Amino acid sequence: MLYIKCPHCGMRPQIEFSYGGDASVKRPELNKEISDQEWDDFVYNRKSLRGKHLELWQHISGCRQWIKIERDTATHEIFKTFKADEEVA
Amino acid sequence: MQKYSIFNLVKNAFSNHQNWDLAWKDPEPKEEYDVVIIGGGGHGLATAYYLAKEHNITKVAIIEKGWIGGGNVGRNTTIIRSNYMHDENGLFSEFGMDLWRKMSQDLNYNVMFSPRGIINLAHSDAQMNVYARRGNSMRLNGIDAVLLNREEVKEIIPMADFSENVRFPIFGGLMQPSAGTARHDAVAWGYARQADDMGVDIIQNCEVIGFDVSAGKINGIRTSRGNIKAKKVGLCVAGSTNILAEKLNMTLPIETHLLQACVSEPVKPVLDSVVTFGAGHFYISQSDKGEMVMGGDLDGYNSYAQRGNLPTLQHVLTEGIAMMPFLSKLKMLRTWGGIMDMSMDGSPIIDKTHIDGLYLNCGWCYGGFKATPASGWTFAHTIAQDRVHELNAGYSLNRFNTGHLIDEKGLGTKTWIS
Repeated sequence: MLYIKCPHCGMRPQIEFSYGGDASVKRPELNKEISDQEWDDFVYNRKSLRGKHLELWQHISGCRQWIKIERDTATHEIFKTFKADEEVA
Repeated sequence: MQKYSIFNLVKNAFSNHQNWDLAWKDPEPKEEYDVVIIGGGGHGLATAYYLAKEHNITKVAIIEKGWIGGGNVGRNTTIIRSNYMHDENGLFSEFGMDLWRKMSQDLNYNVMFSPRGIINLAHSDAQMNVYARRGNSMRLNGIDAVLLNREEVKEIIPMADFSENVRFPIFGGLMQPSAGTARHDAVAWGYARQADDMGVDIIQNCEVIGFDVSAGKINGIRTSRGNIKAKKVGLCVAGSTNILAEKLNMTLPIETHLLQACVSEPVKPVLDSVVTFGAGHFYISQSDKGEMVMGGDLDGYNSYAQRGNLPTLQHVLTEGIAMMPFLSKLKMLRTWGGIMDMSMDGSPIIDKTHIDGLYLNCGWCYGGFKATPASGWTFAHTIAQDRVHELNAGYSLNRFNTGHLIDEKGLGTKTWIS
């Protein structure tokens, strides 16, 4: 069981959260010309890094807030958690 | 190569089985090959075998970081089936079923193919309708499918929970009688032994650390055991696809996720088919040793760990016990995990790439094992002829760009959300 420190609620077990995927993916800006390739990169293409990975989770059985987690995908070590709008250094 | 036969078995018994040939050699990497296959799993070994057998290309090396058969071909739940609705998946998998049926003879290696049938259980009228539709689609593609009602299912799996007051009552199921299981390790070893015999170099403990690409063409690979020149390179590395793609500056529609499986202690024969739960994700069969072989959902977050987490296992087994209550009495013998190359529409990719001479075989999600022979056969064709075969034409890399997705489950992108 992973233990995730929700920035709003504190340390909680993983079963309270649901996973939302790679948090580094950015939706293309709609007010300018967007190529098919940019849409592909947003919708489908993922780096799926081995090692440090910034990802979205939702505290679905808690405060229901979306949060960001920096986690190692090989060891599952969680380095840091962020509020959804928090800048990641 | 010594043929495996009853006569050779008897002959070798006189020398206490000390004089059998090695099943495959342990060669040093040569300077150059016509084709280098990266990944010594089922798909890589099958690809090398069919390159030699069907296309007479024998200057081939398989480069494996660990040992052959140590990844997903040794970690799966051994299920073989072709019960797909979409033409691309159905025709591809049914072609594979034919190769499975002939495999033991073809490889002179007993892969213990056991066509015991698979039943997908339905738990509502709506689900019965969906299965009727899928069954009809299968039959149009020449795949056997039988829609079973509740009583017919009960006859085959009387140990399942058929009581009235359950949350997910069994309404019936869709059966593919020709589906089944096979001994997974034997598949890897059988392909390896034959490929080796035809001249393929199986190079283990050799990690790929880079690629030599110039002017849009592949010239070779860099490995922990030196540089190897190659006219063509094929990637067959399942959950490690993204790691190699990064070295090629490619970003693929794939995420690596962890899938667990487990076996119970061995018990007397109780289940003679493969059964899947229809109100969640759980599948079960009984091995020849008597263990109940079970699996289900992904752990749910990107993982390269090759080992699982207990909440998912508990969730999966809860479904199993809901379906077959006697499972709660069994002790768990082993659990393990493998890393899956989850594609964004749930279907695989077997294609050329934008780099000349570089070929891609990945995206197998939950269903890599059963695809082993068809994947190897079509990938060998794609590499040898430098063009896709009609069987894998649908499994193109650019379908995510053109919109020709093969979304068998109707889940859309990110198939791990379910």
